[in-house]
Amino acid sequence: MASVSEAFRTAFGLIAAADAALVEIVLLSLRVSLAAVAIACLIGMPLGAAVGALRFPARSVLSVALNAAMALPPVTIGLLVYLLVSANGPLGPLALLYTPGAMIIAQTLLVTPIVAALTRDVTAALHEEYREQFDSWQLSPRARVAALLVDGRFRLLTVALAGFGRAIAEVGAVLIVGGNINHVTRVMTTTIALETSRGNLELALALGVVLLLIALGVNIAVMASGRYANTLAGVTT
Amino acid sequence: MSRAALLEAHGLRLSRGGRVLLDGVSLQVLPHRTLALLGANGAGKSLLLRVLHGLIAPDTGSMLQSGRPLGARVRHAQSMVFQRPVMLRCSVRANLRFALHARGLRGAVRERGIDEALALCRLEPLADQPARSLSGGEQQRLAIARALVPAPDLLLLDEPTASLDPGATRAVETLVNGARARGVTPLIVTHDVHQARRLADDVVFLAEGRVAESGAAREVLAEPRTAALRDWLGGRLPDA
Repeated sequence: MASVSEAFRTAFGLIAAADAALVEIVLLSLRVSLAAVAIACLIGMPLGAAVGALRFPARSVLSVALNAAMALPPVTIGLLVYLLVSANGPLGPLALLYTPGAMIIAQTLLVTPIVAALTRDVTAALHEEYREQFDSWQLSPRARVAALLVDGRFRLLTVALAGFGRAIAEVGAVLIVGGNINHVTRVMTTTIALETSRGNLELALALGVVLLLIALGVNIAVMASGRYANTLAGVTT
Repeated sequence: MSRAALLEAHGLRLSRGGRVLLDGVSLQVLPHRTLALLGANGAGKSLLLRVLHGLIAPDTGSMLQSGRPLGARVRHAQSMVFQRPVMLRCSVRANLRFALHARGLRGAVRERGIDEALALCRLEPLADQPARSLSGGEQQRLAIARALVPAPDLLLLDEPTASLDPGATRAVETLVNGARARGVTPLIVTHDVHQARRLADDVVFLAEGRVAESGAAREVLAEPRTAALRDWLGGRLPDA
């Protein structure tokens, strides 16, 4: 095993040289996680806003279910998706097992409850602020949900970024349904786990640094969106 | 009050948690006359306004607007302005666009309505500023203009100047008087007797959820018949 300092040097060299293997893994990771987050937002945000703002019979049950689903272990989700997409599963004919498609499904299931529950909290607070005015305008449930999603767009960007952070850092589910196949389903987290177990720290470290940079970028984006949201909200401090 | 009423309420009663909040309230709002709902804090003024606007259902009682029961369709002929103006987190223009869209205005009609509202509240130069960055008075003017553009028959205002300075109060009152001149009937909740004298043609004085006195503002405020109104007009503090 190379020394830690050598490993770091080599890792930064891989990043600086935009090593082809490294870039391929990073791009696949981004593709899978961004797709999963986009789908999770399309499902989770309207769902969360509906739970947060509307009154309907199963609302409390749904709200509790969202909270419970947030705590689902990724390996459990991985196992469920594995059962769904394996040859004998209901989605078996689609031949999704060990493909990025299966990984997107797994991450979507992982992230959707997080996005929905956080959206519920954001929109419930907003709706308290707007409820009487919306009632006065006699807004339909659909218009109400849409208005809250637009009004809370910057806070919801934070929600989406939180979901992205969860997805990109996830390893258990994508390992089970993706199989960590080189050039096919190998993403940053599964590669880090694999290369570390092999004692090949350079690539693992390089990917770790990229993950950290992505996390940093996400945080900067969250802060910037928060500041812009405050400007629109008339907050000057 | 012999003219046909724009809005009539009969025997409105509302209780919550065993406490009677409105107790047999009946009133008439005559067209093209400003009615002020007066009373001390907790008298039920804002609650009554919400009941009249259909935001809260009374336990018993009936309401008619232009002779028709107060359903969702009839409520479209009302606009309400709240004590704290409610502004979405977007520009002044976008706030107007959303509100007018919500009230059923579309396309060119809506865009004309936006220009009309901006002119009414004299906020054209700030049209693209975030609405929440406006001062309280500017936001309230915007809220009133937004409420007026759909041309409601009845404009309900819940203490619209409660937290405003005299200059901003004057601007809001000018808008309210302008609304009446355009054929809108204002119904304003206030606990400011001076404002009632300036704006109101008729007054209804509420005390503990009941109508204590009502009639032409000049007469009622000049010669109060009840001790409750005399105390309120005299600024006498209630017993601890």
